[in-house]
Amino acid sequence: MKVLVAVKRVIDYNVKVRVKSDCSDVDLANTKMALNPFCEIAVEEAIRLKEKGVATEVVVVSIGDKACQEQIRTALALGADRGIQVETDQAVDSLSVAKLLKAVVAEEQPQLVILGKQSIDSDNNQTGQMLAALTAMPQATFASELTVADGKATVTREVDGGLQTLELTLPAVVTTDLRLNEPRYASLPNIMKAKRKPLDVKTPDALGVALKNNVKTLKVEPPAERQGGIVVASVDELVEKLKNEAKVIG
Amino acid sequence: MTILVIAEHDNAELKPVTLNVIQAATDIVKSAGGEIEVLVAGAGCQAVADAAAKAAGVSKVLLADSAIYSHQLAENMSLLVTELAANYSHILAPATTTGKNFMPRVAAVLDVAQISDIIAVESADTFKRPIYAGNAIATVQSSEAKQVITVRGTGFDAVAAEGGAAAVEAISFAEDAGISRHVADELAVSDRPDLTAASVIISGGRGMGNGDNFKLLDGVADKLGAAVGASRAAVDAGFVPNDMQVGQTGKIVAPELYIAVGISGAIQHLAGMKDSKVIVAINKDEESPIFSVADYGLVADLFEVMPEFESKI
Ligand SMILES: Cc1cc2nc3c(=O)[nH]c(=O)nc-3n(C[C@H](O)[C@H](O)[C@H](O)COP(=O)(O)OP(=O)(O)OC[C@H]3O[C@@H](n4cnc5c(N)ncnc54)[C@H](O)[C@@H]3O)c2cc1C
Ligand SMILES: Nc1ncnc2c1ncn2[C@@H]1O[C@H](COP(=O)(O)O)[C@@H](O)[C@H]1O
Repeated sequence: MKVLVAVKRVIDYNVKVRVKSDCSDVDLANTKMALNPFCEIAVEEAIRLKEKGVATEVVVVSIGDKACQEQIRTALALGADRGIQVETDQAVDSLSVAKLLKAVVAEEQPQLVILGKQSIDSDNNQTGQMLAALTAMPQATFASELTVADGKATVTREVDGGLQTLELTLPAVVTTDLRLNEPRYASLPNIMKAKRKPLDVKTPDALGVALKNNVKTLKVEPPAERQGGIVVASVDELVEKLKNEAKVIG
Repeated sequence: MTILVIAEHDNAELKPVTLNVIQAATDIVKSAGGEIEVLVAGAGCQAVADAAAKAAGVSKVLLADSAIYSHQLAENMSLLVTELAANYSHILAPATTTGKNFMPRVAAVLDVAQISDIIAVESADTFKRPIYAGNAIATVQSSEAKQVITVRGTGFDAVAAEGGAAAVEAISFAEDAGISRHVADELAVSDRPDLTAASVIISGGRGMGNGDNFKLLDGVADKLGAAVGASRAAVDAGFVPNDMQVGQTGKIVAPELYIAVGISGAIQHLAGMKDSKVIVAINKDEESPIFSVADYGLVADLFEVMPEFESKI
């Protein structure tokens, strides 16, 4: 069984992003970039399926400019077999990403596609669901447990009320949540090996996908700042303030 | 234009977040005119439809009552909503795990971009939404023929739950995609209010040390009628279940009072609670970033102060 994993290059999760002074966008100049954490979990899950003998090949795909090859290499160093970059300098929305991924799915014919549940930059939480719709595949989002057997994927999902388990007929789309696994670190020899693994570059044109972007960002502003608070010296003072100043407890 | 709001419910009760989404729809109507209809899709959910019909501003409730919708599987929900879509200019659902699950499917089938997690309506096609864990707020304008939108409940006040008298109309469309199957639910049972609806929340982090120590928070929660939340670290460590996680990738909350105990205040946690009205932080490390958003900070060992706090409130 072939597993396709979609990975995105995003700002490192430790970095607090700043808004540009002209409010046109956030300032990403010289910021540390990384593999989206949920994509890292997706790669790890695919590799584990391969280690268990369930998957035979793990292919990673990223859509972006040349820089995203770095994240593809990271995934290859973690254990993926080969990479595909769909090269574009344009900002692409989730629907366009899903269309490009659909074209890759048509070429690669994976039985399972794993994506992150959410990119930590756009916070969209859309792409996996859109890909599933476009390919008429079943989906299980926010996965915290995944088993694949007999042409089915059984997935436990983290939902607002607790956990839900679904059974999907393969091929299927799964998006990862935080508790699915704890990603490994790439070893130095594997990082070296990853440099020689195959990485194909394709264009949206070659995949027959016309990119559209019908949602324009008019401005990007910093959020409202909270007023600085005070440090209280004791529980008594805290309770007094909550009762008489903030008036939030009786 | 007519707006379709998709109700959040568990087949028995209409979830309050639906009322916040109806407010978002009301804001759109205010700027562009039109009507608001609510879709209730579920199984044995007549009571939910009746409740939705009473919500302020709703002109009609569509009820799709079939076993096919009992768990609101994304595949079946998107078949239903896209079937109905032609009648609507906007389709809105709450940005809950249910809404986030099926709405992008709807958008993709309709070949339109989805706008996720809006917190304000500027006009019928322009909305504000947080990006980068709430460290920036983007104003976005969509030129799509139809708007498919998920709404962050904390961004909008709830409309009145009573007072309306909309008609309930049954929908006969019921198609099973047949590619996914619900196996089981393991839902948290609690007498406490829902995190996303509570006016007081007390949350514990890694500093709690173990799950048993969450009793220290339960005592306070009992006295204040609060919900109990947690940081990711507390959930990952197995102290408490996943449905308690507050943050960028967990639940977004904005209660009157949020008390963070043994939580450092990572940006991902702040993203889920920094719009709370009053924030209290109890942490033994005065350098913790949680103090930068706290109205009242207490630098102390939680094990020493929590019993005292409970006894004095
Ligand atoms: C993709 C991604 C998504 C994430 N999503 C979320 C999310 O939705 N929600 C979330 O919360 N996190 C999220 N995180 C994790 C986040 O980055 C932090 O790791 C997490 O919030 C830390 O939890 P914590 O504050 O409980 O633990 P820590 O950072 O370890 O802090 C523990 C705190 O407890 C204090 N403490 C310890 N002992 C005591 C004591 N006896 N008395 C008083 N104080 C004490 C310490 O001083 C410290 O400040 C996410 C991370 C990633 C990468
Ligand atoms: N440019 C991209 N290239 C590859 N995968 C992507 C890209 N954008 C989004 N994805 C995938 O879709 C997931 C969810 O992203 P989003 O819908 O943007 O929140 C990510 O975790 C990735 O797995």
